[in-house]
Amino acid sequence: MKVNQEVPDMKKLINFPETVLADSLAGVAAAHPGLRVDHANRIIYRATPKAAGKVALLSGGGTGHEPLHGGFVGEGMLDAACAGAIFTSPTPDQMLEATKVVDRGAGVLHIVKNYTGDVMNFEIGAELAAAETGITVAVVVVNDDVAVEDSSFTAGRRGVGTTVLLEKIVGAAAEEGRDLEAVAAVARQVNESGRSMGVALTSCTVPSAGKPTFELPEDEMEIGVGIHGEPGRRRVPLAGAAEVARQLVEPILADMDFTGAPTIVMLNGLGGTPLIELYVMYAEVAKLLDAAGITVARSLVGNYITALDMAGCSVTVLRADEDLIRLWDAPVSTTGMRWGI
Amino acid sequence: MSNDTITVDQLTDWLTRFRDLVTEQVSYLTELDSAIGDADHGSNMTRGMGAVVEKIHASPAGTVDELFKGAGMTLVTSVGGASGPLYGTFFLRIGTTAGPRTSLDAPGLAAALRAGLGGVVARGKAEAGDKTMFDVLSPALAAFDAAVDVSSDLSTAAHAAYFAAQTGRDATRALLARKGRASYLGERSIGHIDPGAASTALLFQALVETLGEE
Repeated sequence: MKVNQEVPDMKKLINFPETVLADSLAGVAAAHPGLRVDHANRIIYRATPKAAGKVALLSGGGTGHEPLHGGFVGEGMLDAACAGAIFTSPTPDQMLEATKVVDRGAGVLHIVKNYTGDVMNFEIGAELAAAETGITVAVVVVNDDVAVEDSSFTAGRRGVGTTVLLEKIVGAAAEEGRDLEAVAAVARQVNESGRSMGVALTSCTVPSAGKPTFELPEDEMEIGVGIHGEPGRRRVPLAGAAEVARQLVEPILADMDFTGAPTIVMLNGLGGTPLIELYVMYAEVAKLLDAAGITVARSLVGNYITALDMAGCSVTVLRADEDLIRLWDAPVSTTGMRWGI
Repeated sequence: MSNDTITVDQLTDWLTRFRDLVTEQVSYLTELDSAIGDADHGSNMTRGMGAVVEKIHASPAGTVDELFKGAGMTLVTSVGGASGPLYGTFFLRIGTTAGPRTSLDAPGLAAALRAGLGGVVARGKAEAGDKTMFDVLSPALAAFDAAVDVSSDLSTAAHAAYFAAQTGRDATRALLARKGRASYLGERSIGHIDPGAASTALLFQALVETLGEE
């Protein structure tokens, strides 16, 4: 193994910028005996596959969003995750290989976040799987980011926080033994019922770039930021937690009616914000939702879909029903989310 | 010298020349992509075409379809992002349309390129004016076709295509991006040349340089 004697030229715990992904996958393999890592194809999959005859769930994307997606592989959630380079989609040969690995004879659902590269690479992966294996593949594309206003004149809304809730809920539906069509229907329902909005207090630094992706002055924040540091709706003066919460929750509530149904709410850290601040934010978000007459049935606070070391957070609200709440409560055992087991 | 046909060896030279050009222009492409994307187009194209050329030289292709299917699959599996699938699909369709031939005449190359463009549209769903590689490919192929209609000389057609490609590339500067990551910038995408359009213009520059003078 190559050992770097030199100090990296950025303040990160890495050996070389170009080996971050491979080195982190080595860490995943070493730390978690319940997971297997195919280092050549950069696939994280379950050490013990689910029972034959059940639908398998495959997701993936650029890395840098941990625990998403590899941290959600395990009983009750994903069967495998394909890892791309940092913030770069994986390639179709990875999706093909992973589809073959996870199929238990009932078909495979691909869960894809709506980014041009991810959508096209997964699309080719599914075409290759159809041509070479005969495995039935269904696809759900997650696009829940309300920050993108002109969705018909752009590549569409980005896939962000709802992806986490979707992987949990749909994972439970697959574990119950529902067929591919039914599992895909739950996935579409979750995507259509979830909305997210994020804020950045700082940029993130991609190791291969070595410098912050964008400049954000000390006294400003970016409202509506994406999980790769894409620009948001606007740059505004830094404000207190209550005001930041208002700027995140209002556009979500303006986009969809969340009253009259149980909701699942996630307050997600983007990687560089301590949990104590996330709880400060959650308190403000909960107050706003209560004032708007919205019933929060379940909540989740923590770092689940991150943007490397970006400081900031995102809010996701999902309009649920009895079935989705039951699936949410079902046992899950992954490195990123675990309960009921 | 008249160029009525292009052989597999010349087509291999074309891809090699394209690799050289994206490698020479890596900083320029990355700079364009930093302005409106994620600053990886130069390195992605250099890595992808590097892998393509390495593979071709390790086992030279005997037929046009072998050459372009190999190049397409290599791009698709080595690049990621959006440029891998788009350029990969472009070359794959050229290969499947050209078939197991050892050379192409002007109408044959025109038809193969046209099929490649069809693949890009099917994959990327881009339309004219979206500020993408389509805005170079489409006018370049229209010029190529028009030249082929009046002359069987491939150099003439390549020059016409390259001229149209440069015009198309420069015209993307004024456009508002409606596809890919640049689309999220909205009005802020105006004033910058699209990096995919710029690399596509290099593809036609490489063809001109491969075929030589008219």
